[in-house]
Amino acid sequence: MTPSGIDYQIMWNRLIAVVEEQATTLIRTAFSTSVREAGDLSAGLFDRSARMIAQAVTGTPGHVNAMAESVGHFAAEIGAQSIFEGDVYITNDPWKGTGHLHDITMVTPVFRSGVHIGYFACTAHVVDIGGRGFGPDAGEVFEEGLLIPISKFAERGTVNDFMLKIIRENVRTPDQTVGDIYSLAACNDAGNRRLQAMLDEFDLADIDGLSDFIIDASRRATLKAIADVPDGVFDNTMQVDGYDTPTHMQVRLKVSGEDLLADFSGTSGMSAFGVNVPEVYTRAYACYALKCAIAPEVPNNTGSLDPFLITAPEGCILAAKRPAPVSVRHVLGHLVPDVVLGALHKALPDVVPAEGASALWNIQISARASEPNGDLPNAEVLMFNSGGTGARPALDGLSATAFPSGVSTMSVEATEHVGPIVVWRKELREGSGGAGARRGGLGQIIEIEPRAGYDFYFNAMFDRVENPARGRNGGSDGAAGRVELADGTKLRSKGRQLVRNEERLKLSLPGGGGYGDPLGRDRDLVEADLRAGLITVEQAKDDYGYEG
Amino acid sequence: MSARIGVDIGGTFTDVALENENGLFTTKVLTDYQAPEAAILKGIAAVCDEGDVAFDQISQIIHGTTLVTNALIERRGAKTAFITTEGFRDVIEMRSENRFEQYDLNLVLPDPLVAREHRLVAHERVAATGEVLLELSEDEVARLVQTVQDGDYEAAAIGFMHAYANPTHERRMAAALGVAMPGLSISLSSVVSPQMRELPRFNTVIANAYVQPQVADYLRRLMARLTETGIDAPVFMLHSGGGLMSVETAIEQPVRLLESGPAGGAIFAAGYARSHGIEKALSFDMGGTTAKICMIENGAPKSANTFEIARTYRFKKGSGMTVSTPVVEMVEIGAGGGSIASVDSMGRIQVGPKSAGSEPGPACYQRGGKAPTVTDANLILGRLDPDAFAGGKIRLNPGLAKEATERDLSSVLNVSTTEAAFGVTEMVDENMANAARVHTVEHGRDIEHFTMIAFGGGAPLHASRLCEKLGIEKLIIPPGAGVGSAIGFLRAPFSFEATRGFYQRLDAFDADAVNAMMEELDEEASSFVAMGAGERPLERSLTVFMRYAGQGWEIPVAVGTSRFAAGDDSVLLANFEEAYRALFGRTIDGLAVEITNWAFNVSTRIEEVTAVTPPGSLHSAEATVVRQAFDAGLRRELEAKEVRRADMTPGTRVEGPAVVTEEETSTIVTACFHVTMQKDGALLIARKEAAR
Repeated sequence: MTPSGIDYQIMWNRLIAVVEEQATTLIRTAFSTSVREAGDLSAGLFDRSARMIAQAVTGTPGHVNAMAESVGHFAAEIGAQSIFEGDVYITNDPWKGTGHLHDITMVTPVFRSGVHIGYFACTAHVVDIGGRGFGPDAGEVFEEGLLIPISKFAERGTVNDFMLKIIRENVRTPDQTVGDIYSLAACNDAGNRRLQAMLDEFDLADIDGLSDFIIDASRRATLKAIADVPDGVFDNTMQVDGYDTPTHMQVRLKVSGEDLLADFSGTSGMSAFGVNVPEVYTRAYACYALKCAIAPEVPNNTGSLDPFLITAPEGCILAAKRPAPVSVRHVLGHLVPDVVLGALHKALPDVVPAEGASALWNIQISARASEPNGDLPNAEVLMFNSGGTGARPALDGLSATAFPSGVSTMSVEATEHVGPIVVWRKELREGSGGAGARRGGLGQIIEIEPRAGYDFYFNAMFDRVENPARGRNGGSDGAAGRVELADGTKLRSKGRQLVRNEERLKLSLPGGGGYGDPLGRDRDLVEADLRAGLITVEQAKDDYGYEG
Repeated sequence: MSARIGVDIGGTFTDVALENENGLFTTKVLTDYQAPEAAILKGIAAVCDEGDVAFDQISQIIHGTTLVTNALIERRGAKTAFITTEGFRDVIEMRSENRFEQYDLNLVLPDPLVAREHRLVAHERVAATGEVLLELSEDEVARLVQTVQDGDYEAAAIGFMHAYANPTHERRMAAALGVAMPGLSISLSSVVSPQMRELPRFNTVIANAYVQPQVADYLRRLMARLTETGIDAPVFMLHSGGGLMSVETAIEQPVRLLESGPAGGAIFAAGYARSHGIEKALSFDMGGTTAKICMIENGAPKSANTFEIARTYRFKKGSGMTVSTPVVEMVEIGAGGGSIASVDSMGRIQVGPKSAGSEPGPACYQRGGKAPTVTDANLILGRLDPDAFAGGKIRLNPGLAKEATERDLSSVLNVSTTEAAFGVTEMVDENMANAARVHTVEHGRDIEHFTMIAFGGGAPLHASRLCEKLGIEKLIIPPGAGVGSAIGFLRAPFSFEATRGFYQRLDAFDADAVNAMMEELDEEASSFVAMGAGERPLERSLTVFMRYAGQGWEIPVAVGTSRFAAGDDSVLLANFEEAYRALFGRTIDGLAVEITNWAFNVSTRIEEVTAVTPPGSLHSAEATVVRQAFDAGLRRELEAKEVRRADMTPGTRVEGPAVVTEEETSTIVTACFHVTMQKDGALLIARKEAAR
């Protein structure tokens, strides 16, 4: 049977369901908190030329392009003559996978009647990969944990025991890390079973025709959307906190017909700490931002990603070179969309939002008994928290909501069962949204205290403390973040610090920038914000000119 | 001669089913939004008339309704205050802090049910262990009572942190409010949903308080009208979990009425699963706007303890409000007869979730609808008879269906009208098949081993093709499928599920503490069931929610017993590992296992059903009419035999392709299936030997 256009459409639809199912399987079986709570994973199908044809929409735009590119590295390094049925490949190379050692990518070649027709790939953030653990304090990637180069985890169905032993002996959580590796392999198998059933149903020997159909249609739709963006050269710069010195981000967006290039030349050099970003991760977030604004409805695949050309000069903080430390590359990575959208705003006014808190405020807490010789057990607690997003041209920003990341927070009650802490407060931070005709989203305030008998260390990885989210078109900046003890003692916004028993850590997360002149804000909305306590009486008067 | 009556109030129709020794009598009347009870009385009068039953012969009325769901969706609830722990005022507004649609820069999150100015905070705090960290002072209670009094509220919801572990503060707050304001509706999170995780618990207690005055008012009005009319039969309500509860319980915990209509549909299907001896069944209900799918194993619909209501964005996961209350677990997707088809920027046919509903409806309804819908596509493909749709009540116009399809689809795609229509039905079937497959995968099941039971106006048209896509061999289309939920109500047991957040690590399992908690759950659930079931024998079952320490989500584990002795942690561990392996294919050695929530269900025994034996001998139907119908699997038009369902007797077999017609709908039997009438009036559609 020669498939018709409608058959291809149906198969495309099915493939998206297949990769979503692949991702769901992984979420349900993974041990890593960030996989199941935050959707820190991805899953996709590739054709035999390593072109991505379908990818699950998960919580991490950072994996989108990264994964699309990684399979090409696998194909090249393994080599066509060494790809066998029953093989499974693995890596966590930050420069060939998704940007840091904690993300393990696994690739399974797909065979049909003995012929290699494509690959399934998936990535997940594992609980531990050895080294210093998840944090910015390493000076080189070598300190950040075990790097597994692109290699065969299994060949013709036989798992490489030597590799398993190496992994087990080099991580703090061998059962869980190895368990997650098996989960990754199993989710590729699940995808493969569905794919084969579909090929049976449509009586196809391979996916080449389908792949061309999907990639061509996506490329055409994307190019058309890019062509609708006015031609020109659009520049933007943004300063963010960085680890210890301010970091300058710069982008030049060149649009000409169906061509679009974002170039990060002029961006600051690398940091001595693990906030550096491999270029692949920068590309992912830049592309994500552009896609949201220009062609949001086109599914992710090689055809829809390729037209967005993104480059950063090697050696800048957004294109870190080996062996730079890159463990918390998400902090600056999450800020990339703000700088890109600011440039795009000059081409497409009234489409993109103001700047937001953008970088997640993840808190990794290590609770330790205050009396080291007692019998109280240690505990590790991980929380994900979000500040406010920037106001949109026609809508207020979203309060305490992740953007560009797509993660979820965890229940405080559940968190308090995990470790000996009390979260005294987790609520909106009043007055933190940037004023504007459209108000920026509010940040939040979190207060955490160790329970009796405990102190805790926390790993600060917080940005927008010195450099708030800027408003747009006359909107005001959002409130900057604050890191302190509840008694007002100031703490550092990056690095590991101690909170003693009876002290309370207080985090004030940044608000999003406002959009448009605050004096132009609908008076009913100002009154509603005042009634709800989202803005203060002084702000109503001073920022919005509200006399009530 | 006593008769039982089931009443289901849906968005468009109120369905009534009466059952007595003479059989089943059903009717549909339009739902009356102003006075829902008026439609019920009208429907009851109609079925009584048809069945020749006097009002005083009615022995029982069983009622389910979507009114609670609608009140939440349309935000027509009481003025409600929410009193919560200081520091947690915004839990319901911050939600899970994520965006349910990743690529939409203009995403709008749903507004919380209670606005920020009506969320009051109390200076108090309980720890995860239940220990009081900060005492709730009398002054604080008095201050809050004063604020509620001044605020002119009709209802108050109280939700404190860890109240499932220690409800004293909530109770004290409620008692003080009750004394000061006797007319106030008061709901406690530790009563309505005593489970760990603040967001769903707070959502649940707020939803309960928000709809309570309205539901109480409606149910009291209904009771009064029934009495006036001379019907003094007891009334029972179907709850979300698919069992019956008293009107008094429904007034106290109206949140348990959510989705009771769809639950009735699942019970209806479960009845057929039992009588036909089907171990694994998949119910499939397709209406005008959505399709619902539910797994039924060993005769019982699958249940869950949380679900999401009032989705605001294309039925998308995350766009609604998660509540934790026992519920029949269903997947709902935006796929129905009214789902609108369009072509996207990549030249792909997209179907739904936008729906033309019943007004203006599909283009072929001739009521002003311009967009091509699934029903229009079915008409073009010869699957619907334009003169006999909905018993001839709606006349379909094939010209308008073609016009809409050509304008919006075939001219854009440059294909024939038939191909475009085929693309529409194929895409909607694909969407439903994908949803069903993912649902079974999430439960660690293979869908090929299920039998489908299809009902609702649209399901019989699509079910055969869906089975082809899913590799399902057998399909049952029960009779009376248009009012399945109301009939399902008549098959429901009395039941109540009591839940509790009670944390236990298996390596520190405290059997005494667990038994004490189980006594409370048993007492609570049994007393609610006794309100309807009287002295009838009861069945008890315990489900615990367990996980490996460090995991974020629990899995439900059925446990054979509900009282424990020291050392029983090994039994629980074995149960957990069995369930974990069934879901994920493996277990992990060396990790601690913990329990978070407990759910204890007390229920009357489900009525024994008479097994339906296969018809003794087969005979072919006299097909007088043949129509051209497009077969999706073979991709071409075929001559399909048209048979009236009423003309089929047990043992009548028709080979596909065929169309079985009846008043409410048509059943499509595709080329690879045949259909056989069963003794109970159900159609059994099975794969032809050659097609296996």
